[in-house]
Amino acid sequence: MQKRVARPKKKMSFKGRDVISIRDFNKQEILHVLRTAEKMEKNRKPLLKGKILATLFFEPSTRTRLSFESAMHRLGGRVIGFADPSVSSTAKGESLPDSIKIVEGYADVIVIRHPLEGAARVAAEAASVPVINGGDGANQHPTQTFLDLYTIKKTKGKLSGLKVGFLGDLKYGRTVHSLAHALSYFGVEMYFISPESLRMPDDDLYELKQKGVKYHEVKDLKKVIGKLDVLYATRIQKERFPDPLEYKKVKDAYILDRSLLKGVKKDLKILHPLPRVNEINYNIDDTPHAAYFGQARNGVPVRQALLALVLGVEA
Amino acid sequence: MKELRVSAIKDGTVIDHIPSKSTFKVVEVLNLSKLDDAVMVAQNLKSKKMKLKGIVKVAGKELTQEEVNKIALLAPTATVNIIKNYSVRKKMNLELPEMLKGIIKCANPKCITNNDMVETKFHVRSTKPLRVQCHYCERYMTENDLEIL
Ligand SMILES: Nc1ncnc2c1ncn2[C@@H]1O[C@H](COP(=O)(O)OP(=O)(O)OP(=O)(O)O)[C@@H](O)[C@H]1O
Ligand SMILES: [Mg+2]
Ligand SMILES: [Zn+2]
Repeated sequence: MQKRVARPKKKMSFKGRDVISIRDFNKQEILHVLRTAEKMEKNRKPLLKGKILATLFFEPSTRTRLSFESAMHRLGGRVIGFADPSVSSTAKGESLPDSIKIVEGYADVIVIRHPLEGAARVAAEAASVPVINGGDGANQHPTQTFLDLYTIKKTKGKLSGLKVGFLGDLKYGRTVHSLAHALSYFGVEMYFISPESLRMPDDDLYELKQKGVKYHEVKDLKKVIGKLDVLYATRIQKERFPDPLEYKKVKDAYILDRSLLKGVKKDLKILHPLPRVNEINYNIDDTPHAAYFGQARNGVPVRQALLALVLGVEA
Repeated sequence: MKELRVSAIKDGTVIDHIPSKSTFKVVEVLNLSKLDDAVMVAQNLKSKKMKLKGIVKVAGKELTQEEVNKIALLAPTATVNIIKNYSVRKKMNLELPEMLKGIIKCANPKCITNNDMVETKFHVRSTKPLRVQCHYCERYMTENDLEIL
């Protein structure tokens, strides 16, 4: 046999892969997903004609489900599934791996949303078809993270070297943890802006430190808002506070209002995973800073990209 | 007084210097109660190296490194001696494996492993200090959170 001299460049393979946690993707892979999403916006081809997606929603989430369905339909595929866990066999006591082993016979790819943390990983280990995590409790929601990244890249033209602020509930906000993790590949400087009681968890800060991320923890938004290229706002939920007085105290300090935007960079972009309650005033919606509605729309091309990639179809 | 000899075995394994309280846990984790050959268990023995120790002697079975590693968490002080023809042939060191399967419980009540028929798996991220991460819910745990199954 002839000796091979020049090795062909290793092609990134997504075929058959699961999308469970943003931690499973390296920088090159993340960028490949974002590039594929961009192509999805430009050309509409029925790349997944004849394929079936099963959406298993063990916990209701209308937006995530509709966005996946829309993505699959746009690619010419079909969707089966349930949106109400009470109709599933799990309600009758079936174990999750068993449920998945049945469903994999009906579909080419599975999206699962589940209230228990780690459920998507369990599903992926049980299934022979690719599994995409549509949210597992407070743990991961990787397609949200990909669409957040896509939105930043699209509105800022790049990810590298940005100054990104995270605002509000940084303790329980899983979108924040995952996004910070993903942005750590891109030399982003991070500002964690929250009340003491809703600080970024130590485990996440530890991980960021290990990766050499430059970050700052701040209580006062006014002090840093002028430095930011991106502000990622989250909801502060009343239920998180044992003391209602404490909630009242912090709530208003973390509301984004037009008056706060006086000293900001002209091209500051504000993101929010939505739905918002009152943390972004409506008077911001028609400013060039508001990127949150575009962000929600971006869910479709990003999910199209992931569906096509794991099914081994090139855009 | 010479160290107490529970009993001599011809071939097998002696696990010595187990923290006394963990002795029966070691028996459990290694599933020794299922064996047909003699298994001798002693706890609250006086020891020069530690306050009180336990010893487990298993006749007719040479524990593998993989099995031995299962007790690295609950009995880090243990020494493992392989006995051949009544004498110590080999001493094995305990090494914490990269992945702990079915040994510890996840501290997160909302973790799937606490709610479904799924064996726990933990990645050992660092040993000193000990930090492990649940393969499923991705939570980190430290020494203080550990609960042996
Ligand atoms: N044939 C045997 N049957 C049962 N137990 C044995 C046998 N040979 C040795 N042991 C036990 O195995 C352990 C290790 O034996 P060893 O002779 O190496 O003692 P040691 O020098 O005190 O070792 P260590 O420094 O690990 O305590 C001791 O607890 C000893 O009682
Ligand atoms: Mg001794
Ligand atoms: Zn867990």
